[in-house]
Amino acid sequence: MNDHLLAVLELHGLFQWLYDKLLTVGLPESWTTVVAYGSLSVIVFGVLALVALYLIWWERKIAGHIQQRFGPMRHGWHGWYQTIMDAIKLLQKEDIRIATRDRVVFFWAPVICFVAAFLAYVVMPFGDRLIVADLNIGILYILAVTTFTVISLIMAGWGSNNKYALLGGMRSAAQMVSYEVPMVASVLTVIVFVGSLSMVDIVKSQSGLIFNWYIFRVPFGPIAFLTYIVAATAEVNRTPFDIPEAEQELVAGYNVEYSGMKFAMFFLAEFVNMFTVAAIAVTLFFGGWNGWQLVPSWIWFLGKTMLVILLLMLFRWTYPRLRVDQLMEFSWKFLVPVTFANLILAGVFKQLHWYW
Amino acid sequence: MPELRTEEFIVNMGPHHPSTHGVCRLVLTMDGEKIIKIEPVIGYLHRAIEKICENRTYQQCIPILDRFEYVTAMSCNYVFSLAAERLGQVEVPQRAEYLRVIMLELNRIASHLIFYGVTAMDIGAYTPFLYGLRERELIMDLFEMTCGQRLTYNYIRIGGVSRDIPPEFVPKCREALKIISERMSDYEGLLNENPIWLVRTKGIAILPAELAVAYGVSGPVLRASGVQYDLRRNDPYSIYERFDFDIPVRYHGDCYDRYLLRLDEIRQSMRIVSQALDSLPEGEIKNKKVKANFKPPAGEVYARIENTRGELGVYLISDGSAKPLRVKTRGGSYNQLQVLPHYGTNMLIADLVANFATLDIIMPEVDR
Repeated sequence: MNDHLLAVLELHGLFQWLYDKLLTVGLPESWTTVVAYGSLSVIVFGVLALVALYLIWWERKIAGHIQQRFGPMRHGWHGWYQTIMDAIKLLQKEDIRIATRDRVVFFWAPVICFVAAFLAYVVMPFGDRLIVADLNIGILYILAVTTFTVISLIMAGWGSNNKYALLGGMRSAAQMVSYEVPMVASVLTVIVFVGSLSMVDIVKSQSGLIFNWYIFRVPFGPIAFLTYIVAATAEVNRTPFDIPEAEQELVAGYNVEYSGMKFAMFFLAEFVNMFTVAAIAVTLFFGGWNGWQLVPSWIWFLGKTMLVILLLMLFRWTYPRLRVDQLMEFSWKFLVPVTFANLILAGVFKQLHWYW
Repeated sequence: MPELRTEEFIVNMGPHHPSTHGVCRLVLTMDGEKIIKIEPVIGYLHRAIEKICENRTYQQCIPILDRFEYVTAMSCNYVFSLAAERLGQVEVPQRAEYLRVIMLELNRIASHLIFYGVTAMDIGAYTPFLYGLRERELIMDLFEMTCGQRLTYNYIRIGGVSRDIPPEFVPKCREALKIISERMSDYEGLLNENPIWLVRTKGIAILPAELAVAYGVSGPVLRASGVQYDLRRNDPYSIYERFDFDIPVRYHGDCYDRYLLRLDEIRQSMRIVSQALDSLPEGEIKNKKVKANFKPPAGEVYARIENTRGELGVYLISDGSAKPLRVKTRGGSYNQLQVLPHYGTNMLIADLVANFATLDIIMPEVDR
């Protein structure tokens, strides 16, 4: 395989190519930058929407096979375009707006949820040099923007003017705020190893041998990963922490009054969020895009992310659901102390140069 | 600054709600997530089954009573036949008695398998539901093979059963029992020791034995509270005294015990079925003296059997004509729903769902 083909497969020059093409059109240089970044975000958005649709299909297939059935089988080979048809159906559906809603809040909740889900991808390193913007506060930025989701869920709960939705919104607020703390502390453990908040730096510091991945930096790496994955499961409201939308208690939780495309926006955002937390886990603990050279780096990244998502899906289809107070106790009485102890010890070890 | 004030609010759980198992409506007074008061509202599934029966002949009552408690329709068939047989002093052939016991116990297993799946689903685990229903399918196939129906059987008739089992029934039934007993370890492996399952069910919604007895609760719910009371032993009917089986009892009265007790009962029912298959006699399956216009002498009788949801009873008054003068049915779910407000408060809404699921209430039995 020659270097040129490899470079094309790696999609390195994607942005440059786009930029050059736009220059030939004859736009002024400042405009070209704007249009180029605009097109890039459309590409990222499109890819992620497709990934989310694909994840829904994958989740249904996995659920099916765990439960001794097939899952979607009708549309295409093993139902591969089932979710595309579902999305089209949801687009066509009537947008039911109940009369007692809070108009502004009800309308903006799914929008904010949807936008917040995609904001994290500004700094997500999909591959070697495949990143929209390498901010020097990358991971901090992600942690900040993903928290927007909480606001949208409370807005959905409040704006629906429905008791079940309100309970769901309150639960999700309490849950996401509680689990934000152990999640950040687990992330910080890795930051202590790296010494930089930039996503690209985090990945680059894990290049080379597989043992450079932070999951193998015993004992702090594995502990941080376990606490991270637990907190992340709670962050994206999945079983065993799916109490905000606990079907058997709250019917559907915060999105009970939403229909049609607004519901689809919540639903897609949920899967995009799942992809986000899995991608962060891969970036922090599994070496990001690093891998065997002959395969393009973005394939490595996507593949590893899919494996982490598989783990989340296995949780969902195996475990029962915790109760709301047990969930809080688990976070504050167990996860928070463990993650902070882990973080402090990692810091001490690093400072004393004991094995780094 | 005025003191902050919190308000109680009312949530209407049902009649359409995913975890009320039908159309039960619970009016909950809530303080945040905590339940202060429960008020069950019933009657959404009232079909006047008793009144309909009073306008039918005895034979015509049986398919209607299939709908009385449709999860274990065999028991409903049986309890009405039992009452009518006692009224008319009808002898039942031995083979029919064995077939009845086999069907009743298979139906008990099927019902408990549904319980297993639905309870797990209410507590948030989706997969056990599919596992429970998968094994129930084996039993449904056996019923279909015998009487052509999968839900409302109309199989046990006055004086016997409607038709004999096909020759392949016995090997198929043994195979099904073997598969179910193997897969019981799957069920237990999924939930019994699962820490999340334990915190969700252990020590949750304890029903004290005195309260249970005071409200006439019966069946597995009563036995999970530590009262050894099973009509198959305490008021034997049919040929149950011929079989060797235990009455499982558990003593905590919480959701976990109610769940485990049903798994124990599946095992005991399998023991009964395999013993009955071993000693199945040849012979008649129906008393030929019972005709379509079955007319028992005037009198009254109460027949009761142990169903999966407690005591299932039929009270019959006959005036000597072809139609019963009065039919009164009794189902265990009614008492279990009645006792719910007295111990189900002061807990979170998630516990109420677990509690409601482990009581195994189904609404057709409450509303009739």
